[in-house]
Formats: sequence, structure tokens, C-alpha cells
Amino acid sequence: MAEKITEETIDYVGILAKLELSDEEKTQAKTDMERMLNYIDKLNELDTTGVEPMSHVFPVENVFREDVVTNGDESEKTLANAPGVKDNMFVVPKTFD
Amino acid sequence: MERLQYSAVELAKAIKEGKTTAVEAMQAVLERIERFESEYHCYVTIDKEGALARAGQVQREIEAGSCTGKLAGVPVAIKDNICTEGMLTTCSSRILSDFIPTYSAKVVEELEKAGAVIIGKTNMDEFAMGSTTETSAYGVTRNPADPEHVPGGSSGGSAAAVAAGECFFALGSDTGGSIRQPASYCGVVGMKPTYGTVSRYGLIAYGSSLDQIGPITRNVEDCAAVLEVLAVKDEKDSTSIGREDTDFSEALINDVSGMKIGIPRDYFTEGVDPQVKEAVLGAAKVLESKGAVIEEFDLPLVDYAIPTYYTIAAAEASSNLERFDGIKYGYRTEQFEGLHNMYKKTRSEGFGAEVKRRIMLGSFVLSSGYYDAYYLKALRVKAMIKKAFDEAFARYDLILGPVAPTTAPRLGESLQDPLKMYLSDIYTIAVNLAGLPAISVPCGKDDKGLPIGLHLIADCFEEKKLLRAAFTYEQSAGKGERL
Repeated sequence: MAEKITEETIDYVGILAKLELSDEEKTQAKTDMERMLNYIDKLNELDTTGVEPMSHVFPVENVFREDVVTNGDESEKTLANAPGVKDNMFVVPKTFD
Repeated sequence: MERLQYSAVELAKAIKEGKTTAVEAMQAVLERIERFESEYHCYVTIDKEGALARAGQVQREIEAGSCTGKLAGVPVAIKDNICTEGMLTTCSSRILSDFIPTYSAKVVEELEKAGAVIIGKTNMDEFAMGSTTETSAYGVTRNPADPEHVPGGSSGGSAAAVAAGECFFALGSDTGGSIRQPASYCGVVGMKPTYGTVSRYGLIAYGSSLDQIGPITRNVEDCAAVLEVLAVKDEKDSTSIGREDTDFSEALINDVSGMKIGIPRDYFTEGVDPQVKEAVLGAAKVLESKGAVIEEFDLPLVDYAIPTYYTIAAAEASSNLERFDGIKYGYRTEQFEGLHNMYKKTRSEGFGAEVKRRIMLGSFVLSSGYYDAYYLKALRVKAMIKKAFDEAFARYDLILGPVAPTTAPRLGESLQDPLKMYLSDIYTIAVNLAGLPAISVPCGKDDKGLPIGLHLIADCFEEKKLLRAAFTYEQSAGKGERL
């Protein structure tokens, strides 16, 4: 049985996930997460002592290449997707006063 | 509508021989779309004029002898999480409602190099999170076999488009079964290749260590032909593997003599629909009659794949989806106070419920204090699951079972209970965790006329064994129904 998910946990996860949840969504998230974690706790039935965590199924090595620029200037095309643009730059909200 | 009878390979051949043209093929597909799309809703974007113009261009190149690719002139549908330069790519999410990629995915480049012509972008579960295509922000897709039922997901639009003849083949992506399960529900062929076989460059990431692009086709021959085009080493994907054995069509041999096939007993416990069980075991009998040696065996850890998957996939998703912040592309909220409030409001308004659920879960399992107990634990179990498959493939060439425990559920049934929806992926999910290739081939219908899929799994890099067995079965059972 997973530890009970508290409202504080949901608030904290909301900060990590950069999500703003309504009270209704928070209640739902709490129920959903508790249920999922209880289900995931099934993994505790397995003894994994001495088993190395596997992030990739094949041995992954760093892939190197020469540091050569292959793309041209596509800033105009790239900026065309941005919600806010000024003087060939992204516009972001004020980050400090 | 004779042109629509062709498979992708047959169509390319007919165009080459001058029996039809790329433009006629595209017109036939567009007529089909005109007729059925309002009911099935397979596509998010249909680029009718562009598709006809490109078909005309390809036809001229074929006639001039400059386009000799094996899919020359064949209309294809692309899942909407695969970037297409200049063509809207939404991931079926509100947050990317106006996103026009500045480049094409490697697979799109390769398809175009082979002469395929893109029709448009297919509907999917939002960011590929879902098993029914109902989490799309742009409405549900209906199963052409029975429009009251879902097409499966997350590549539901692609599978439905192939089944409905709204394209000649399609691309899907498979993170936990998202190609194979909709292929099974819609009665078409779908393959998830070995991890690293197909470049993920330009695929909008969900679970990067699990994601793999693959073909959804009308038959096994088309599957092999499309895979040959897709399986290309790409320096832009650091997990891309240079395969040398990519002449997959050579594996289309109607014989499985001596092939050892294992059936896990644990795949047929409670929860499997009796009609699915009967059809799948019937398919095993067919392969046995063609020379395969069939044996039951115990594959351990079957029940642990889903909790392992949801931990890892949610963790990777929470990280991958951080890039959607209302700055560089996509939706931005209208009213906000400061940077952080903008991020939060943009994401909360831009993402749907299932995506938020997985981002929250992923953020939790990666958070300090829970990382070891959840995330690392799941990675350890993943290693155990991989080992269980290694041991099975020391004894068997292939593992055989159902793609899903049931046929396609009715629309609306799955959304009320996410955990229940997750359980429908029990057979497909472990394959992604272990990086294996697997194929879904139609093997019958239930009494409601809904398709059932046969699931064949092979060891890494053994796609040819899959194709050979799938082809042998298909030849014996008869190719899928013609349109």
C-alpha cells in the first residue's frame, strides 16, 4: 500500500510538473495517483537485490561527430511558430523586476 | 474503384508499369476520404491540394525515370506526432494546435525519397498517451469494422485509415503497443521494429527509451517493403543502429518448417476473451500445420510489465513534455502574471486530462525521496523482464499470443477507468521494455464482426523471423478482406 498521497504532495507535484490544477482536478489527481501507485507497488513483490537498473536495452555509448555546422539560418521559420516575437527574438514575460 | 484493391507494393508496380498513375491513386484515396472521413475521422489534417500536386510531381519523375523508389506514387498517411515540414503537426493536442515543423522527420524524408506521397496527418491519443484515440483534442476516430467501437490507440487514426482505404499504408509509433493494438482492433498489419532500427529524429517524444516508429499496412508484404524504407541509420538519433540485414522482403517465405514457437501459458489466464483465445490458438495450429514446432511454456513476470511501463513511460514523458511552455512554439495562455504563471496556465489549458495525469505521475516518481523506490525499482524490474525474454529466446524463435485480451471496446467505455484501459496493453507493453520487434496480424473476427490480432514477438534484430511466420500464416489464412 502506497503512502497516502496528501494535498501537499499534489501541490508539490503540481509545482514540479508546472501545472495549475483546480480544486476539482486536485481531488481527482489525488485519487488517480493513489490508485496508480497502489498498482505500481506490485513491483515490491519482486526481490530486485543485486539487479542493476536498466535504462537502455542495448549498451549505449556516446556518439561523437565533428563539430561542423550543417544547418543554415532558419530563424525566421523557427520564430514563425512562436506565440510572441520581436526583433527576431522570442518574447518572454518579465522574469524579474 | 479498382485502384484501391491494390496493396502498396502492387500499386507501386502498377504505376511503374503504366497501368495507373500516382495521380489516379491519390484521386482514388481522396474520393474514399470524401466518402468516409466524416464518419470515421481518421485524419487531423488532410492536404488535398498539396497531395495531388505532389502526386503529379512524383508521376512526372517516374515517367522521366528519376524516381525509381519502391513506393513511388503510393499515398501514405502519417501519424500526427511525426514532423512534416510545412504541414501542421499537432500530436492531437491543443498545445500544438498551430505548430508547423520547420523540418521533416527522418522517416518522412526516407518515405519521400522512396516516392511515397503524403496525404495528411492521422488522429491519435494526445501525445500518444492512450489506447483508444479518445484522448485526442480533435475528436474521436471510429473503427471502420464497427463505428460504435474505438479503433484502438494511440495510432488509431493510422490503423483506421488503412482499414478504411483512406490511404494505402500509414506510419504509426509504438511506445507500449500503439501500433500493434490499433492494427489488431482494425484488422490490419502493424509492426513495432527492434528499438533503434528506425530513426526517432522528428518523432515528438513520449517515452524516448521505448518509442519506435513502424508501418501499418494492409498485408505482410507491404509491411516488409515499408520497413526496408524506414530502417536506415541516422546520425541525428544517437540510439539509431546501422542494420545490414534490411532486405526484409527476402523473408516472405511461405514455410515455417522447424521454427520453434513458444506460447506463454500466462497469456491465456483470466481476462482473455474466449473468442480471442480461440482465434489465436487457431492461428498457432495453422503455423503448426506449416511445419512450426509449437510448445507452451512459462514466461515469468507477465503481470509486472504494466506497472513497470507506466512508471518509466510517465517519468520520461514528464521530462520530454517540459519543452511545451508557451515560449518557442504552440499555444500560450492569454492572461497571466509573470513567467511561472504563464508556464503553468499554458500547460494546464494546453494539455488534456490523460497527459496531465501521466506528467504528474512521472514528476512524482522522479521526485527526490521517491526516485529510488519507484523509478529505479522499475528500471530493475525492466532488467528482469529483459532477462526473462532472453531466456525464452534461447529456446524459441518466436513467442505467440494475442495482441490484446479483447476486441475493440465500445466508444466511451475506456475513459471512465484509466487503470482498466492500461490493462488492455498487457501483452504489448513488455515488448517495448525489452526493445523487441513484434507484429500484429489479423487472425479472425469475433461474433460481432470485430477483428482479432495475432501477436508474434521475436528476439532483437529478428524481424525476418516475424515476417516469415506472419507471411506464412497470412498465405494460409487468406489475405485480409479486400475493400
